[in-house]
Amino acid sequence: MKSLAELQAIRDKAKLELNMRKENPNAIRVLVGMATCGIAAGARPVLNAFTEEVAKRNLQDVTITQTGCIGICQFEPVVEIEIPGEDKVTYVKMTPEKVAKVVNDHIVNRNVVTEYTIGAYK
Amino acid sequence: MRELSLNVMDVVQNSVSANASLITITVKESDKDDFLDIYIEDNGKGMSEEQVQNVIDPFFTTRTTRKVGLGVPLFKMAAQQTGGSFDIKSQLGVGTTLSAHFIKSSVDMTPLGDINSTVKILIQCNPTLDFVFSHSTDLGEFVLDTRELRQILGEDVPLDTLDVLEWIDGFLKEQSNIIYGGAKI
Repeated sequence: MKSLAELQAIRDKAKLELNMRKENPNAIRVLVGMATCGIAAGARPVLNAFTEEVAKRNLQDVTITQTGCIGICQFEPVVEIEIPGEDKVTYVKMTPEKVAKVVNDHIVNRNVVTEYTIGAYK
Repeated sequence: MRELSLNVMDVVQNSVSANASLITITVKESDKDDFLDIYIEDNGKGMSEEQVQNVIDPFFTTRTTRKVGLGVPLFKMAAQQTGGSFDIKSQLGVGTTLSAHFIKSSVDMTPLGDINSTVKILIQCNPTLDFVFSHSTDLGEFVLDTRELRQILGEDVPLDTLDVLEWIDGFLKEQSNIIYGGAKI
């Protein structure tokens, strides 16, 4: 059973790691479009897949969060990746299956997965 | 929407935009009495009576980037197509309560779907807000209150810490298994 005691242990462990995360100005942001259009198109499993992949690889400087509708509803689920000092990249028609490749190639190895970006669809 | 849990994720966004600090999501369902109710209550800035009328209109939205807002109308439609009902009560400066009543056995019933995933994502994406989620069936009830979690975690450890999210995920899964009678969901 998940107990509150377990949560205390998580707190103690997290406190140690947290200091590193807080002061890191190079944090990478993953923004998943979660307005009505994004949700209806399947953004939730995509966001979950990012969270799982980032947790699996224990990437400390990546935050995954939601954003609203950016006006390209026909391309949802849309994911934007912001790496400080680099151009923002917009991935379109994302699926949970595509997530592992994006995390591996783009976030870890800094090679944009061009075939999933909006440029490849337009 | 394919799942009611997706409608919930969508309309809760309105509470977030209304600057709520506490959002309560309640799901009550019963096979015996053939209903599923969803209540979403927030302490955001609330709406005037006129705004409440507007919000059910698909061609009304507070956003300026486009002219349609489908979140609430889609949710309302999902409830009404089962023969159920939908209601919004709101008071300026106090908050808004949204109630949706569904007839579970209706052929037009949209499945609840993965409500746990919705709750987890809402916490993950709004780590500074508090959520109270409760879910009850004929077999029992459980509650997840982020204020209790926050008390244990203290100020330094945010709710969107990956290990905390994993704990929330596990907790929700275990508890739903109990109230769904141990069946795989």
